[in-house]
Amino acid sequence: MQTLNFLKPNRDNIKNYSIIGSFLVLVSLIDVISNAFLKINLTSFLPGSLTTLFPLIFGLIGLNMMRIDYSGNKSLDLLNKNINTNNFNALLTLLILFSVLKVLPQSLSWMILDATISGDSKDACTGTGACWTYIKVWFRRFMYGMYPNEFHWRINTAFILVIALGFVGYFMKDNLKKYLALYYVIIYPVIAYLVIYYLISGGSFGLQWVETGAWGGLSLTFIVSFFCLIFCFPLGMIFALGRRSNLPAIKYISICYIEFWRGVPLITVLFMSSVMFPMFLPEDFFMDKLVRVIIAITLFEAAYCAEVIRGGLQSLPRGQYDAAKSLGMGYWKMHIFVILPQALKLVIPGIANTFLALVKDTPLIFVVGLAELAGMLALAKTNPKWLGFAMEGYIFASIVFWIICYAMSKYSYNLEAKYKTER
Amino acid sequence: MSDAIIKIQNMNKWFGDFQVLKNINLEVEANKKIVVCGPSGSGKSTLIRCINRLEEHQEGDIIVDGNELSEKTKDIEKIRAEVGMVFQQFNLFPHLSILDNCTLAPIWVKKMPKKEAQELALDQLKKVQIDDQANKFPGQLSGGQQQRCAIARALCMQPKIMLFDEPTSALDPEMIKEVLDAMVNLAKGGMTMIVVTHEMGFAKEVADEVIFMDEGMIVEKAETKEFFANPKSDRTKLFLSQIL
Repeated sequence: MQTLNFLKPNRDNIKNYSIIGSFLVLVSLIDVISNAFLKINLTSFLPGSLTTLFPLIFGLIGLNMMRIDYSGNKSLDLLNKNINTNNFNALLTLLILFSVLKVLPQSLSWMILDATISGDSKDACTGTGACWTYIKVWFRRFMYGMYPNEFHWRINTAFILVIALGFVGYFMKDNLKKYLALYYVIIYPVIAYLVIYYLISGGSFGLQWVETGAWGGLSLTFIVSFFCLIFCFPLGMIFALGRRSNLPAIKYISICYIEFWRGVPLITVLFMSSVMFPMFLPEDFFMDKLVRVIIAITLFEAAYCAEVIRGGLQSLPRGQYDAAKSLGMGYWKMHIFVILPQALKLVIPGIANTFLALVKDTPLIFVVGLAELAGMLALAKTNPKWLGFAMEGYIFASIVFWIICYAMSKYSYNLEAKYKTER
Repeated sequence: MSDAIIKIQNMNKWFGDFQVLKNINLEVEANKKIVVCGPSGSGKSTLIRCINRLEEHQEGDIIVDGNELSEKTKDIEKIRAEVGMVFQQFNLFPHLSILDNCTLAPIWVKKMPKKEAQELALDQLKKVQIDDQANKFPGQLSGGQQQRCAIARALCMQPKIMLFDEPTSALDPEMIKEVLDAMVNLAKGGMTMIVVTHEMGFAKEVADEVIFMDEGMIVEKAETKEFFANPKSDRTKLFLSQIL
């Protein structure tokens, strides 16, 4: 048997090295795991500082011994190529692995093992873990806000209707396809507004009136995001085209608009919409607070959309404009059939970005007294009966927001793939 | 001279301070084929882009088919619809199939029924021999095929005049011939054509007149045979000696 050179593993002694190496790594992992999960310190016989460093040193030596180029062993090669290219990367790998292992047991026991979900009052939460009872008890509030319990079916029905109407485009006959844009930009928002107005607000058809102040929770997040998204996109498109217009008046109005809305913080816009705006209106003119907020966010986000879309317009080669013009197309035909279909395709990632930001900006409407999901959390955590469960609430809210946003970004990837064409 | 379909008189054009076209006078009669040649930067492309007003001229008159081009021109789209153009970079619409590229303008500009437009498009695509590619997208075609599609697309508008802006300059040598063949066929069909090109073989074969431009001016304008046999100016002689 050849003498083992610790620093120079190579293909000749691959078997010895990989076995010894993986054994050392295994030992270090076992040490960390037993430490984290079972609270047993296997290396307590070592002096203090060495105990903590022990797994790291052993792991490093082990990984070093396993680092054999072109070993011919597939899984070993894969390992070396991805997480064990040199000593520094091996160190990072071990550190990340160890910190995950150290954090996992605590979070697991807090979130699941020691958590409480039974019961329906604070007294049920006696354990050391999370109190999911809090989320369970408040669930309806988090979803529907202060909306009366017996009318929750109205919100559900309205949402199902609106979603169903959104899918109409998929089932449209071919000869109606050209009205698709018209449907989504004008008809659909109007129908959706009417559905939400008559079902959720009520006041007619024998449905009891529920003022918007009582709306809240996740359903309000959806309502605000939905209207802002479908309105800010066409508006942004108009301002993007306007900013590139040859007509000075339109061009400068667009620039002023975009620069104004991009220059002010959303939170001031919301304040203005609810506090200042009514002062400029005649006495007898009434506009609901929720409507004002939706208009404010729409105008605000439209400016961002406009700049994203303008980026797409600018990235098209001039030849596309030339070709469309030379075929006798006017401004609108050129943009509708040639320029916008290509430009919008290019800006899908940017638009998705803006839309995600919009959804995550909706909690700001709390400042004008509308409590959507995050707002309801803030209310719930100050409820005297349920003090001290802020953590559970925020984790719940982050999970909900993450699911919404992840779904949106997945959808945007799908759109990208669907409309991808070769240049 | 009233039968001239394109009339350019004392035309000047500047890009900023730089004068690209100097005192251009040109008349093109219907059914004539004109080849414009000259070194790069001499204003050839700008000249033909002025004819369908993709570029605006500052002085002088351009009259296309009886319509004067100026800021006051209301229906510039109508004039453009009668002047087809083929570009160096093809400029097909990449998001539309070959057939849709050809039918888009007839349907939406000329208000032609969709079926009729498709028949016309297939007919034109057949003439340039790519009717079998009609359902592919531009990105899937070779450069020569794309350029032939661009010619078919322009012809689908049934224009009176065709402008070619260096149609073969962006192509592989092997593909130049197939595009030139399509253009020769078109010329034989009696189309009025203005072609900016360096293909002197093409000029000799189909052109009625050749124009030589340099530094924004028309240096020489002569019948094709005359132009190649005994060019008058020294600049033309130099150019021809280098290119032939």
